[in-house]
Amino acid sequence: MTELQAGQGAQPLEVARIDARPQRHRDLLIALIAFVVLALLPVLFGSKQLLDFVIRCAAYGLFATSLNLLVGYTGLISFGHGMFFGLGAYSFGLMMQKTGVPIPVAFFATLAMTFVVAVVIGAICVRLKEIYFAFVTLAFQMLIHSTILSWQSLTGGDQGLRGGIPRPPFLGIDLSNHLHLYVASCALLVIGLFLMRQIAQSPFGYTLRMIRDNATRASFIGIDVWRAKLAIFVLAALFAATGGMIMALFVSGAYPEFAYWTMSGEGIFINMLGGVTTFLGPMVGTMLFLILNDTVTRVTEYHGIVLGIVILFFAIGLRKGLMDFVVEWFAQRRSEERG
Amino acid sequence: MIPVDLDALASCLTSPACLVTQTTSGLIIGMLLFLVAVGLTLIFGVLKVVNFSHGAFYMFGAYFAMTAYQLTGSFALAILSGAVGTAILGLIFERVFMSRVYGRDVLMQLLVCYAFVLIFDDVVRMIWGPEFKSMGMPAAFQVPPLFIAGGVVPPYYLLLIGVALAAAVVLGLGLARSRIGKVIRAAAHNPGMVSALGINTGLIYGGVFALGGMLAGLAGALAAPVRSLTPGMGFSVLIESFIVTVIGGMGSILGALIGALLIGLIRSFGSLGFPLFTEGLMYLFMVIVLVSRPTGLFGKEVA
Repeated sequence: MTELQAGQGAQPLEVARIDARPQRHRDLLIALIAFVVLALLPVLFGSKQLLDFVIRCAAYGLFATSLNLLVGYTGLISFGHGMFFGLGAYSFGLMMQKTGVPIPVAFFATLAMTFVVAVVIGAICVRLKEIYFAFVTLAFQMLIHSTILSWQSLTGGDQGLRGGIPRPPFLGIDLSNHLHLYVASCALLVIGLFLMRQIAQSPFGYTLRMIRDNATRASFIGIDVWRAKLAIFVLAALFAATGGMIMALFVSGAYPEFAYWTMSGEGIFINMLGGVTTFLGPMVGTMLFLILNDTVTRVTEYHGIVLGIVILFFAIGLRKGLMDFVVEWFAQRRSEERG
Repeated sequence: MIPVDLDALASCLTSPACLVTQTTSGLIIGMLLFLVAVGLTLIFGVLKVVNFSHGAFYMFGAYFAMTAYQLTGSFALAILSGAVGTAILGLIFERVFMSRVYGRDVLMQLLVCYAFVLIFDDVVRMIWGPEFKSMGMPAAFQVPPLFIAGGVVPPYYLLLIGVALAAAVVLGLGLARSRIGKVIRAAAHNPGMVSALGINTGLIYGGVFALGGMLAGLAGALAAPVRSLTPGMGFSVLIESFIVTVIGGMGSILGALIGALLIGLIRSFGSLGFPLFTEGLMYLFMVIVLVSRPTGLFGKEVA
């Protein structure tokens, strides 16, 4: 025991009360700044490709970050998270095509539907041990994918949902206008990230970390592990579905690939690329992945080989994601400064 | 909505001819699945990893068999090269890559396998091309089918069922009785102790992985004359064989056999009654098993 610790021992133990409010205000400020910067981007750079890239980042980013709530925070390795991305895209697209309700109504109806499906699938999956959980979620993904393929009269089968998704204007927002779609995607991304950040920093978020680290201990101190896991499974599904809806709006359709297992594989890969120990790791991973994917597809038709080798490099070689390195580097510098 | 044709199912169940035809087709689906799933379950039981790229070995087995058959014209050699080729591939894969992720978290193991699913599919596309291929039925089996109770049974199906059953018996007896089988079971139970007794556990791990790969390759080679070959053909087999192991219980050979046969029969009879929902039936069955017995029909409670 050092002198310092001995000195502290004499005083009554003070439990630091962490006030969550300042941090929430800080997050809100960062979110607002991020949104303003993103919204001003078209003024500075008129390039349509850049805006397209940001929209895709929004769709994939929400998907990947929500997966991180499961993988990184709760230790639930879902290999079927892509099903909610596909489900969001399809149910939103179908609702717009068949019923012609306003976009916000279809948006919330899709979330409601995702909620119901996620509760049913989650209730079955979350009580399984890790590898079983991974594969049973994967099996459900394949079930949804094969349902989309075989229910041709509704979904268009392997051709996807064609004929475009109608995007009637609402409240002065016209999503068929590229700029409006861009700003709306950015808004959804920023709001989604802000909400997920609040979930991650809440007492519930810390309960999830505890379940990840020691589920038995968590259940011994009275936490209903099953219920907590189910809650985060459903919440993550809602954000993934939002990503799917952005994608459906962007491509004005929905394709079976959105619900295919490779979507989930890509999500896991993105998380690996960026790192699961930081909140924004998956966002960084998303950008890296989309740049990598676009470059590789342009260069070679065998992009599976290239992606595979990159994954191996990260998984066996580096053993962690990019943001993990950044965080470690900062931590090291800080400890050096302290001497 | 999802079309249901219960009349077709009912009329088949009352006709012996249809019953025989559907049962044999269910059996061959089940037997092929068993060969893939038993390798998966064996690797999991001993190495404690799920070989997510196991479907690729099935695919390679089929392609190796097709190439060997085209080169030599001998079906026996085709089967042999399918099995031996994938065994070697499995050994290399385990020693060079998988052995680096033992004991690491499941995410890493899944990622390494995911990388190889992508790589292997593209390698097949490079070597054999992206289009559908077929090996064709070997000349020895181009004979009129047998008629059993009015049902049509191609003789090749009998060979397939026989080989798979023989593999099941050899594997089951070998693991239970032989010295190597005992060492493997001991290594599954307590690798540290086995290693301390002077047994090379790395060799056992490599050997088990090679054995699993070989069984999947054998299944691919046996399937080559009756299925079309395409890059990515392994993945649907992987999913189905995973369902089989979940139903039967991870690590149980008997469970894999029973699970595979159940899935085979569900597929062949389900395709009559629920033509577009056959896969859905499989998942439904899996869910029912999981809800009532989370560790599968023959699985032991694992700590």
